[in-house]
Amino acid sequence: MKILIVDDFSTMRRIVKNLLRDLGFTNTAEADDGTTALPMLQNGDFDFLVTDWNMPGMTGLDLLKKVRADDRLKNLPVLMVTAEAKRDQIVAAAQAGVNGYVVKPFTAAVLKEKIDKIFERVEG
Amino acid sequence: MAGMNLDNENSKFGAEIRDLAENMLQQLEQGDVGKAVALVNDLNQIRDRTLYDEIGRLTRALHEAIKNLRVDSVGAGSEIENATDKLAYVLELTDKSANRTMDLVDAATPLATDIHDRAAELSVRWKKFLNKELKPDEFRTLTKDINQFLGDSTDNSRQLQGQLSDIVLAQDFQDLTGQVIHKVAALVRDVEARLVNLVVMAGKVDSITGITHADIPEVKAEEPKEGENIAAEGPQIDKSSEDVVASQDDVDDLLSSLGF
Repeated sequence: MKILIVDDFSTMRRIVKNLLRDLGFTNTAEADDGTTALPMLQNGDFDFLVTDWNMPGMTGLDLLKKVRADDRLKNLPVLMVTAEAKRDQIVAAAQAGVNGYVVKPFTAAVLKEKIDKIFERVEG
Repeated sequence: MAGMNLDNENSKFGAEIRDLAENMLQQLEQGDVGKAVALVNDLNQIRDRTLYDEIGRLTRALHEAIKNLRVDSVGAGSEIENATDKLAYVLELTDKSANRTMDLVDAATPLATDIHDRAAELSVRWKKFLNKELKPDEFRTLTKDINQFLGDSTDNSRQLQGQLSDIVLAQDFQDLTGQVIHKVAALVRDVEARLVNLVVMAGKVDSITGITHADIPEVKAEEPKEGENIAAEGPQIDKSSEDVVASQDDVDDLLSSLGF
């Protein structure tokens, strides 16, 4: 299971990375916005994408849309972990095809629950 | 202040005009058109003088307001740049503290894991011993391992104590960043008050000189089209607003209402 973590703040990437490690996912890579993440996704064999929304360069929502528009990536599970908490935004992310949505600040238990749920659905 | 002056001037201006107009009417009733026309000239002079006086006063007030706005509050070496530097300092401190805390946790975790794993393993063998299931040479190894474990645990837990207290110390940024943020917030309020003052002065110039502005189209907050180009806004401070979710539970409810 190879996971790409995208966030412009290195501390948040580190927190997510540590939580994923505690959940048994040790194969992770990091990118600081959509612009750097997209080529990594296109060239790497990632199984899962965890992305922030508000980032300079390409935002997480635009990255999600690009992923869904890419034939090779369109089925990649995407979890959004973000401070964006408006109903319109969550609806927009859902319409763009997000698989899970976690609002910051979050707990390890919430992150685990969402990841489990996504894989249950992907595998089931 | 300027406004009160202007009002006084206006009533003086009005009284002078009324006197002249009444005078003019009298002249006309008496049939002296020449004198009446001369009075029209006087009227013009009064209007011009009043206008010049008021413009002079307003120019001084406007100048004062601009001076108060302090041109040095923008640009290099300014208050605003200073505030920006201060905010960068907040970012730096919080980043450093978060990383220091995580470094300490990363260092402490293996120590706690080691204590746990070895205690669990020794306890299995200890129970066997209590049940008299251990062979003598197994017992000798057990006592050696217990001795080793007690020594290591003493060291490990001392290190853990140090790391925990260092984690507490790494939170000292809150005090420093709090002070900086208070200062920056005060500056923003100050600049806002000065700007409002300037706008008020500019409004008075308009009303005295009778300048009207073509309607400036109001800059509307960009209404994102349905699902299109919806913008990131960062954390919502006011969670009580109707269009903001208050918790992860709200997010889950919303998504499940959309069929998630």
